[in-house]
Amino acid sequence: MSIEPRRPPLQFVLRLKRALGGKAGWNGLAVQIAFAAILAWIAYEIVANARANLQTQHIASGFGFLNYNAGFDVSQSLIAYTNSDTYWRVFFVGLLNTLLVSVIGIFFATVIGFVVALCRLSPNWLVSRIGGIYVETIRNLPLLFQILFWYLAVLAALPGPRQSISIFSTFFLNNRGLIVPRAVGEPGLDPFLAVLAVGIIAALGVRHYARRALFQRGQMIRIWPYVLGLIVGLPLVATLIFGWPFIFEVPQLKGFNFAGGARVIPEFVALTVALSTYTASFIAEIVRAGIMSVHKGQMEAGASLGLSRGTALRLIVVPQAMRVIVPPLTNQYLNLTKNSSLAVAIGYPDLVSVFAGTAVSQTGQAIEIIAMTMGVYLLLSLTTSAVMSIYGWRINRSLAA
Amino acid sequence: MKRVSLALTLAAAAAALSVQAASAQTLKTIKDRGMLSCGVSQGLPGFSSPDDKGNWTGIDVDVCRALAAAVFNDPTKVKFVPLSAKDRFTALQSGEIDVLSRNTTWTVSRDTSLGANFTGVTYYDGQGFMVKKSLKVNSALELNSASVCVQTGTTTEQNLADFFKGNNMKYEVIAFGTVDETVKAYESGRCDVFTDDASGLYASRLKLANPADHVVLPEIISKEPLGPMVRHGDDQWFDIVKWTLFAMINAEELGVTQKNVDEMLKSDKPELKRVLGTDGNLGEQLGLTKDWVVRIVKSVGNYGETFERNVGTGSPLGIARGVNNLWNKGGIQYAPPIR
Repeated sequence: MSIEPRRPPLQFVLRLKRALGGKAGWNGLAVQIAFAAILAWIAYEIVANARANLQTQHIASGFGFLNYNAGFDVSQSLIAYTNSDTYWRVFFVGLLNTLLVSVIGIFFATVIGFVVALCRLSPNWLVSRIGGIYVETIRNLPLLFQILFWYLAVLAALPGPRQSISIFSTFFLNNRGLIVPRAVGEPGLDPFLAVLAVGIIAALGVRHYARRALFQRGQMIRIWPYVLGLIVGLPLVATLIFGWPFIFEVPQLKGFNFAGGARVIPEFVALTVALSTYTASFIAEIVRAGIMSVHKGQMEAGASLGLSRGTALRLIVVPQAMRVIVPPLTNQYLNLTKNSSLAVAIGYPDLVSVFAGTAVSQTGQAIEIIAMTMGVYLLLSLTTSAVMSIYGWRINRSLAA
Repeated sequence: MKRVSLALTLAAAAAALSVQAASAQTLKTIKDRGMLSCGVSQGLPGFSSPDDKGNWTGIDVDVCRALAAAVFNDPTKVKFVPLSAKDRFTALQSGEIDVLSRNTTWTVSRDTSLGANFTGVTYYDGQGFMVKKSLKVNSALELNSASVCVQTGTTTEQNLADFFKGNNMKYEVIAFGTVDETVKAYESGRCDVFTDDASGLYASRLKLANPADHVVLPEIISKEPLGPMVRHGDDQWFDIVKWTLFAMINAEELGVTQKNVDEMLKSDKPELKRVLGTDGNLGEQLGLTKDWVVRIVKSVGNYGETFERNVGTGSPLGIARGVNNLWNKGGIQYAPPIR
């Protein structure tokens, strides 16, 4: 406990002055109010001006169009959608498609990025050179070019549906995408899922107990047989009692395309692969910088304790490096999300393509639609950076403790 | 002091924003600029496409050249702005272009809520389908479960949805931003079918590696009257664009061609004298000159000549006049009289 010098409490007005005007006091406050007023006035002028111009040209405005029928189809939708649904629905279809490609892209970009960074830092000459070549090639080629490369050069070169590459006659790969059997729920599905959830929660409980036993009493407990029993054994028993949870619908060639089964469209694959490999090359450099920023004495200390290189990295170096890695990593996540709007070039139905593209030209309401789209990207970006800030704050706290 | 000047700058910027209201003086703006700004496609042979020297040709391009001829007596005073289907209306609304002459279908929603007016029909078209010959498909009704490539932001996209729904057929749509991307995806085998206005199908087929391997199916599933568009709020400019096209059609009806127009000027037929401006001041009433029709026909020819040169049997597209023939020759092209 340090002893703090006692200060006379600030008077109320003085405190208010500080809070509102900073060091400049009331002068600062006046400038701030004037500045805010000017900003508000400019915003008002922009809105009023746009509205007046729209009215003189009789261009439709307002958000009423969102309840009209869209009348066009979309190739991939995570929610039920037909061409008689509204523009609201189109908005959500596009939003979910953007989110899907962003989340999966972020996951793969992070994994590939970490692997490449560790390759580059590897003492093995060949492995480190391969990592270096990956980074220097991928990050120096334009992203749009890479998306088109994956779409037009790699995936379009696959055979047509009638000459599909078939794997055990259940999986089919062709230029229309990857067609896989689809799981169709049976009566046993609900108990199966319930038991699986119970198993996972119980397994987490066991892990927590084992960790406490290790840290508090130094007792090692081998938990994997219990975990296996909980996660695999219990659902198996449930299946025996209630019957199969689901059956698989095998795709069959019918007319031009496959009927039945689920399909991953090539536009999605091309976009995800291009986004994650491209962003991974930047993440690799960020991770490498983070690891290099940890003093090499840490690694040596780990080695002198008898830890292997991998274990020392995992337990000692990477946790300290995360503090440096997280802020620039957030930037890359935001870039990936925003770059996903290049989807329109290859016909992937993301938010910009279906909503800020098709819907704008069908309704002509560019101002409303672009504003909504900008709002969505802003919200996505702010959410991502908020999550990453919390994560960074937790790392800092645990390292400081 | 610094703060004050910043505030002043902001105020000036805001004032500048507020006075820039929609201008109703399109003709004056064009004359002051010395150039007509014309929105066209990004390259659709026969309608608007640049050649290897960057010269634009096509039936839509000729409409703009005729306008420039009527205004400046010089068909080269046009700046062509290539636009994708989904950007075209925004460009017109924002004033970036004076007229949109870009194979655009006339519909009621576009005539009203987009804040624009169609001025006439340069080409009566309809939507069709193109498939590979090897698929051995003879009718659009055999396309159940097919994958269809389409350009986004077009009436084509909506007609397609209506057609498949109306015939209880399933399909997969893949929508691309530009026509080139769409054709490329079709050619690479991503889709079984490419759909567009029939004229567009013939034009795009020319760009394919082996045009003879592809066939346009006989069904025409929609009405696609294509025409130029102007902004709401300037009746004078609306009239000029409208009557420029009508002048070309009337010229064909009267037998006035690029070659014989000087000869025709000597004619004493009252109808010809009125149209060619040797009698009366109809052109001046439009805000142009008396000899406006002469200027137009001299620079691009009459409607029939434009058609034959760009899309007709004399062009690589080889499309027959069909419904685009004059009303008194079995077609439906009909212009109100100039009098």
